[in-house]
Amino acid sequence: MAENVKPRVRVPRDATAGEEITIKTLISHTMESGQRKDGDGNAIPRSIINRFTCAFNGEIVIDVTLEPAISTNPYFEFQAIVPESGTFEFTWYDDDGDVYTDSKDIAVS
Amino acid sequence: MKLTRRHTLMMAFGSAVAAMLPVRAFAALEDDITAFTGGADVGSEGITLIAPEIAENGNTVPIEVNAPGAEAIIVFAAGNPTPAVATFNFGPLAASQSAATRIRLAGTQDVIAIARMPDGSFVQASQEVKVTIGGCGG
Repeated sequence: MAENVKPRVRVPRDATAGEEITIKTLISHTMESGQRKDGDGNAIPRSIINRFTCAFNGEIVIDVTLEPAISTNPYFEFQAIVPESGTFEFTWYDDDGDVYTDSKDIAVS
Repeated sequence: MKLTRRHTLMMAFGSAVAAMLPVRAFAALEDDITAFTGGADVGSEGITLIAPEIAENGNTVPIEVNAPGAEAIIVFAAGNPTPAVATFNFGPLAASQSAATRIRLAGTQDVIAIARMPDGSFVQASQEVKVTIGGCGG
């Protein structure tokens, strides 16, 4: 299920150096668990995002392994430290090999 | 109803199977926990798991884990067909070792969070969540 996958990320536009900021991410994805059956009783194959990472200027903030028990449209909220101005890179890895990315700049004063 | 030998045997067999089912699900969870902790002792201080007491819809249950100083936190749903839920690995720029997400629960069960500390110790927190509508579809 690789169509209509749209990442959405919320990062503050600016911050002071060393400040803790809260990041919220959401990506639209069915996260088919592999447990459900279709109308004919056949199991619907698993198709989920299995990994999510967030990095700031190349340094890892959080690296999450996702299992089928994560809800549809996986949502994550976490805190990061910003030592200097730079870019947050967000990456989602799909079971089917697709990789979805998003990035946000932040200005640190 | 007259209890014949056949009836008695069948009843005994039925209850034995019923008793084995939860044990088997529990064994999968035990294996997963051992894979993460390596069989080490698990403490209970220094980790918090926030989950609702009652979830109306098991398809999306908000949870939050927080373990100051942890390297990684793993979350299990003890009563799901596959107990593993997610593993959070924190990097050098994580301001706090906490994260919030939404998970699926098949029914009323315990949610368990285990954190691995930098010194190699493990701490665990768990909470029961009552689920009105299960989240595994059928």
